Amino acid sequence: MAVKTDDEMIEYVSILAKLELKGDEKERARRDMEKMLDYVDKLSELDTDGIDPLVQVIDTENVFREDMVTNSDDRDNILANAPEKEQGQFKVPKTFN
Amino acid sequence: MSLMDLTAVELGKKIKEGSVGVREAVKDCLKQIRAKEAKTNAFITQADETGVLKRADEVQKAVDSGELTGPLAGVPFAVKDNMCTKGILTTCASKILSNFVPHYSATAVEKLEKAGAIIAGKTNMDEFAMGSTSETSYYGPVKNPWDTDRVPGGSSGGSAAAVAASEVSFALGSDTGGSIRQPAAYCGVTGFKPTYGTVSRYGLIAYASSLEQIGPVAKDVTDCAAVLEVISSYDSKDSTSFNRGVPDFISALDGDVKGLRIGIPKDYFTDDLDPEVNAAVLAAADRMKDMGALAEFFDLSLVEYAVPAYYIIASAEASSNLSRFDGVKYGYRAGDYEGLHQMYKRTRSEGFGEEVKRRIMLGSFALSSGYYDAYYLKALRTKALIKQAFDKAFEKYDVIIGPVAPVTAPKLGGSLSDPIKMYLGDIYTVAANLAGLPGISLPCGRDSNGLPIGLQIMGDCFNERSVLKAAFAFEQTRKQEKSPLACGKEAEV
Amino acid sequence: MKQYETVIGLEVHVELATKTKIFCGCTTEFGGEPNTHTCPVCTGMPGSLPVLNRQVVDYAIAVGLATNCEINRHCRFDRKNYFYPDNPQDYQISQLYEPICLNGYVEIGSGDKKKKVRIHEIHMEEDAGKLIHDAFEKESLVDYNRSGVPLIEIVSEPDMRSAEEVLACLEKLRTTIQYLGASDCKLQEGSMRADVNLSVREAGTDELGTRTEMKNLNSFKAIARAIAGERARQIALIEDGKRVVQETRRWDDTKEESFSMRSKEDASDYRYFPEPDLPGIFISQEWIDDVKAGEPEFKEAKKERYIAEFGLPVDDADIITDSKRMADFFEKTAGLCDNPQKTANWLMGDTLRLLKEHDMDADDIRFSPANLAKLVRLTEEGTINSSVATEVFEKIFTEDVDPDKYVKEKGLAQVNDEGALRETVQRVMDENPGSVEDYRNGKEKAMGFLVGQTMKAMQGKANPGMVNKILKELL
Repeated sequence: MAVKTDDEMIEYVSILAKLELKGDEKERARRDMEKMLDYVDKLSELDTDGIDPLVQVIDTENVFREDMVTNSDDRDNILANAPEKEQGQFKVPKTFN
Repeated sequence: MSLMDLTAVELGKKIKEGSVGVREAVKDCLKQIRAKEAKTNAFITQADETGVLKRADEVQKAVDSGELTGPLAGVPFAVKDNMCTKGILTTCASKILSNFVPHYSATAVEKLEKAGAIIAGKTNMDEFAMGSTSETSYYGPVKNPWDTDRVPGGSSGGSAAAVAASEVSFALGSDTGGSIRQPAAYCGVTGFKPTYGTVSRYGLIAYASSLEQIGPVAKDVTDCAAVLEVISSYDSKDSTSFNRGVPDFISALDGDVKGLRIGIPKDYFTDDLDPEVNAAVLAAADRMKDMGALAEFFDLSLVEYAVPAYYIIASAEASSNLSRFDGVKYGYRAGDYEGLHQMYKRTRSEGFGEEVKRRIMLGSFALSSGYYDAYYLKALRTKALIKQAFDKAFEKYDVIIGPVAPVTAPKLGGSLSDPIKMYLGDIYTVAANLAGLPGISLPCGRDSNGLPIGLQIMGDCFNERSVLKAAFAFEQTRKQEKSPLACGKEAEV
Repeated sequence: MKQYETVIGLEVHVELATKTKIFCGCTTEFGGEPNTHTCPVCTGMPGSLPVLNRQVVDYAIAVGLATNCEINRHCRFDRKNYFYPDNPQDYQISQLYEPICLNGYVEIGSGDKKKKVRIHEIHMEEDAGKLIHDAFEKESLVDYNRSGVPLIEIVSEPDMRSAEEVLACLEKLRTTIQYLGASDCKLQEGSMRADVNLSVREAGTDELGTRTEMKNLNSFKAIARAIAGERARQIALIEDGKRVVQETRRWDDTKEESFSMRSKEDASDYRYFPEPDLPGIFISQEWIDDVKAGEPEFKEAKKERYIAEFGLPVDDADIITDSKRMADFFEKTAGLCDNPQKTANWLMGDTLRLLKEHDMDADDIRFSPANLAKLVRLTEEGTINSSVATEVFEKIFTEDVDPDKYVKEKGLAQVNDEGALRETVQRVMDENPGSVEDYRNGKEKAMGFLVGQTMKAMQGKANPGMVNKILKELL
């Protein structure tokens, strides 16, 4: 599958990936992406028609837990690594105006 | 001679007999680490001495009272820094987690601690386990104890180097595409990747969830089996862990390979394989034939498709698994930003290194609208075909043997400039991850530079015993070799 | 102006009534201090892994069966990737490729207006945390107590043509799910949330127009207003020769306007892929049969039975069966006092009145069927009169008092003693000669006044029938 790796594509993917590419990083990312896609294109030689995608290699099913409360208040530990916190909550730049 | 030159099982035996105290073992371990770190950079975090000695005393008491009877009681070990350790910095060798101290431990770590093993520190690695050289670490590259101008392999390079340099008795690594087996080969130690689902992934900071397993990096096959017996178990916290009953691996080490059917994939031995590695691996096969094993060449097929399929699947999962590092709940947050989205972008751009960003970009693209089928599903279909090829092979063979890597340890600084070339170095290891197979890497010779060469033995899913049996038998034919750093002056107590 | 038809589909999120979250053992209880109902799993800590709550699957199957869906025997979870602080992993575990229920329908309306709204699918997923914004701060705060609470999302086909049909469909889903006990389905509290997909097209055409998705609809009224508002907005665009943009819009019910939620930072490309941390789910016929066997009697059947078995008026039966809690309450009380009609009267009358006054709904009823049953008995036996009964009922409603004890303690039993009554009536007449005069001059109203005065003199406890009789006699 031929894909055009241009600035627009890199811009789009960096929005998805939440990465900020500055200056020549963008061009480097473009070149890397081009090389990688070129390389993985090798798979297109392979006839995979009628083959089901294999998600999990070990076939297990129906792994459940019962609906029982096993956890108690662990807030201090949960918040211990927070870059910013306030009143028992994680603090982030405003999400909504 | 240092206590850290002993195998874990030997040391455990001395502790049980009372000829070595736990405190003594732990002190020697910390001393070796201090002495050799400047040369290897194998550790990101060394255990706090006071805490570790206190723990040593507790374990000693439990050993003395007969409460702890396992082979690893009192043995110091190292943990790859992508496994959570309660109260101990856990960084994934990344700036983005450079201040993260979890309040829970990975299940595998918990199991070892329960068996009386003592955490001596957290080992250096490729950032988020993405790499084959342990050079992408935020904490600087790890160096190979056989030649400190060379890489130890990766991504569990710190674990392999620490064991090879006798800084510690054994270590835990994780293997997503060869990350235990390849550094074990480069460092002349033994590393085991279990069948997918054998060891709980709870607490292992995910890179590619469907491919990775925790496993031992150790001094020999016996140590691998002993560690494996402790860490293998069903865990209700990991839905992909598999209930295999009580693990029994040590009893497979009987040295008897008579009639064992060994397959050697013809398609592994191409021009890309270093002739010295080629020769050493084939010599190992001959040695096993001499012991009564039945070995023959066969066509595995699809070998060249494993690496591209692996990189698509691993990068796609990584792009999702690494989303959570966003500056909100833990870890690094950029200092200068305007609004939420810039906070995300700056945090992640400043927090992740080159290789990690490269894979997140590739993975995000492979899953994006319009390309999912062509890339991601195509890779999963290829994975299905590769699995089928192995299923077919294991109808005929008990184990498959081959090289671990096409070359021996390269020089530092030479690999990162050409990612594709680096990825191709994983050609013999990634298939076991795609197919979920157990695989071991153990030393089988040295090249003309004196660098270790690794032999890989793979088995069918859940057939760890055949792999261990073959590996142990072969190991008996060789004298154990120690790296210059292990035998160096620093090692003398 | 051209005639336009509105085409509406629904995406309904329902919070399931499990005790614990979908992938961890944290409680789903409401009202805890922020982040006190959290653990490494539901806060997306590194290395944590999800384990599926079986009850979630049971509920999803039950809702699927009750809405005539096929159960997908092999279903699994997928990851939906997007960055937002209420989403701690920055992906939501949901279902896209293999949802648990497919191709169902619900019936709405009655008689000629009966119609099927088809259900495209039902899938299971996890809820997000809560963001708290202070208008004066530059930051938001994140609470993950709701993160990981199980949801099902019911996706309808675009089969509705009006707000009435949409509300009927939601009402139907709500009643059905409440009857199953799978959720309390409260729009205001967010345990049921409806997103509206709406497009317009010229009447008589078959092709679908471009649709928008509207979020943040917190009440049935808001939904009706949003539908009207969005219909008008889209028609205005088309009339102006402009195009409707396919996007997600946020309804602001106070401004009665919707706003685009798009930003250049969002590509709305969710990169769904199979969740590698969770194995697939196989749902056997036996499992389905088990769930089916546990189905309750649903509203329609109950309503018919109340009419046939108890002789309740259609409207009463309809209202009582609107909520399973009310219906259960009715059946228990009626069984205890053996008087379904009077029980129905209490529920339809004073209970609904008091619920309304207290701004509560049937689920908030706190008193016991036993006490209402006793009250029915007390009135039927003539121990208390109806005005006292109303007073006692209010006590039952608010404090669940035992009416037998209460009546005794407060001395509220009806006075049936003819001598005492006659004496009081005579005294009231003596004190109000004007009214007596009026009555005798044909003013019937004066009678009511005298009865009232007598009742007052006897603190409301007098047997009203006897008071009437004696008054007439003496007048």
